[in-house]
Amino acid sequence: MMDLYQSQRTMRSMRRAAMQRGVIAILDVGTFKISCLVLRFDGPDDAMEREGVGPMAGQSTFRVIGAATTRSRGVRFGEIAAMPETERAVRTAVQAAQKMANVRVDHVIACFSGARPRSYGLAGEWQLRERIVTENDVANVLANCDLPDLGDNREVIHAQPVNFAIDHRTGLSDPRGQAGNRLACDMHLLSVDALAVQTLLNCINRCDLEVAGIASSAYVSGISTLVEDEQELGAACVDMGGGATGLSIFMKKHMIYADSVRLGGDHVSIDISKGLEIPLATAEKIKTLHGGVQATGVDDRDMIEIGSDSGDWDKDRRQVSRAELIGIMRPRVEEILEEVRARLDAAGFDHLPSQQIVLTGGGSQIPGLDGLAAKILGQRVRLGRPLRVQGLPQAATGPAFSSAVGLCLFAAHPQDEWWDFEVPADRYPARSLKRAVKWFKDNW
Amino acid sequence: MQPMTVHRRDPAPSRFSYRMQRLWLTPTFRFLVRRGLPVLFVLLVLAVVFGSAARRQALLAQYNAVRTQIEHRPEFMLSMLSIEGASPTLADAVRKMLDIPFPVSSFDLDLKKLRAQIEALDAVASANVAVGPDGVLQVTITERQPVAVWRTADGLTLVDGTGHRVASLTKRDARADLPLVVGLGADQAIPQAMALLAAAGPIAPRVRALVRVGERRWDMVLDRHQRVLLPEADPVAALERVIALDQARHLFDRDILSVDMRLPDRPAVQLSPAAFAARQKALGLEAKTGAAKK
Repeated sequence: MMDLYQSQRTMRSMRRAAMQRGVIAILDVGTFKISCLVLRFDGPDDAMEREGVGPMAGQSTFRVIGAATTRSRGVRFGEIAAMPETERAVRTAVQAAQKMANVRVDHVIACFSGARPRSYGLAGEWQLRERIVTENDVANVLANCDLPDLGDNREVIHAQPVNFAIDHRTGLSDPRGQAGNRLACDMHLLSVDALAVQTLLNCINRCDLEVAGIASSAYVSGISTLVEDEQELGAACVDMGGGATGLSIFMKKHMIYADSVRLGGDHVSIDISKGLEIPLATAEKIKTLHGGVQATGVDDRDMIEIGSDSGDWDKDRRQVSRAELIGIMRPRVEEILEEVRARLDAAGFDHLPSQQIVLTGGGSQIPGLDGLAAKILGQRVRLGRPLRVQGLPQAATGPAFSSAVGLCLFAAHPQDEWWDFEVPADRYPARSLKRAVKWFKDNW
Repeated sequence: MQPMTVHRRDPAPSRFSYRMQRLWLTPTFRFLVRRGLPVLFVLLVLAVVFGSAARRQALLAQYNAVRTQIEHRPEFMLSMLSIEGASPTLADAVRKMLDIPFPVSSFDLDLKKLRAQIEALDAVASANVAVGPDGVLQVTITERQPVAVWRTADGLTLVDGTGHRVASLTKRDARADLPLVVGLGADQAIPQAMALLAAAGPIAPRVRALVRVGERRWDMVLDRHQRVLLPEADPVAALERVIALDQARHLFDRDILSVDMRLPDRPAVQLSPAAFAARQKALGLEAKTGAAKK
């Protein structure tokens, strides 16, 4: 537990160092594509010091100076399956982004969609001694949260205090400076598969890069796609990626639940490939150009050349109607959405006051998806695109880049996490204190 | 038939090229390669070229040859010396002293040194040396104008208004137009002597010489062996008093030897022995003293 706390703290200090240097790269390791953006931070912008909300909602402290996207290799279900392949893909993306930015980046903040995230709600209590809440009290109440059994090989990736309560007043976002007898806190904890994360970190380290932070892609795409009132009132963000579909629920500007379905756009492509007996690349192309989920009468007459280069004339001149293609795609998309519905129900999304659902990610670009999603997920469904950040190329503004853009925002203004607070002094292992005493004795 | 496998090039950069690109994007490394390496290369080439003494000598010789060639172009050659503002004798002396072997390149002449050399001559007040057009070395001289003849034990010397020596003189008659000053240190007080002579006015034709006494004051010697002893301080005023006395009472027409003005409040007149005897006789004092003061 301490290990993770320390490694997360190391990442935070790395992030601060990168901020000081002014250049940081963000890396979205997806199943279908790997994108790398290079950000330049210009220090505290004067827009930040002005009254009210500045341009770009205060996000103009950074600027994207390099962007590159490459086809992902060796990644399945958002987890690295073949590290050398993934390493090559990361190198391709980072090199192209560095070339565009014309600077060398050493620090990377990464996100990934897989690794089976699991959400926990934690609660902690702390008796105040001074009656006034100090930073130390906050650290103590966070440390006092009872940690559930995460299981073998699980690591905490996000541990964010969501809500503070002093005595009987709840819903405080920042309790410091307030008076009371008892401080209570709700924390949202997201655990992931430790080995998958370790593999990703190793992969990035093998590219001579330092990891300055790591995030779940479901969380960061929620940051970039949900507008402010949706984050405040409660909404779910469904990030339909290539190999995994992430979903995150936001309330009062905090993520309160995240999960991922190990199904995505790649499964649709595989279905098409199998159903039409065509190569996966052709299936992907046909899906992108002609895909859909709502068949109409005209689709029966809309014939698509599916081609092939087998040398057999009959096989190479095959045609399918668009209705057939939709017939293959729709059940799979429905399955994904049903799965998402099940996860949302399990999380108790029904009980939230707002039932807004935002679909984003590359998979959300299937025509007619919003109609289908409305039937399965509920009436209040919209398609989301990421926030527009300064300097982002036009090609990277689509919904497929919502987690990359969200990661930019995450890099610029990370949410306070558990490890941002000093560990309470009495929680330090006695061994280290003894070691310090010994050091003093040896040296003085 | 085997299915043809298509070998597509891996788009990913090799680990080496990736590292090279990152290295190239490092500012320090970039600066070293872009600025440091060329500078190092140039320095290395220079060191190799100038490392051998023979090559250095050859290069120096070549440089000197080219330099000589340029210096001896006709545009820079001087063929004659022209002296202006000097009397023929002085001009000849200057010509002889400089002794420039014409034709000569103007680069080989040190004009400042030449000028200092000319100005070192007594007769020259100031000189100007310039390279004129058509290969003429132009020397313009301002001569010292002698204002007095100074007689010392060594002989006669012409001095100018500042007391500086101009030339020697063999005979006083050669410059009869100039007044004569005598005595040690007379040259130091030439301006005062000139002021006295200017103030002499009516008795000027009678002035024979000014005698410097004890390097401190002047005696004015007139004909008929008369002499005016002037004080150290303000001699001109004293002289004017004497002249006023002469004009009012015809002092110098009388038989006197000297007028002593050294003490301003006690002027004294020395009579000639004959006049003194006559005066004694007229006063009825037949004493046999040699001289008495009035």
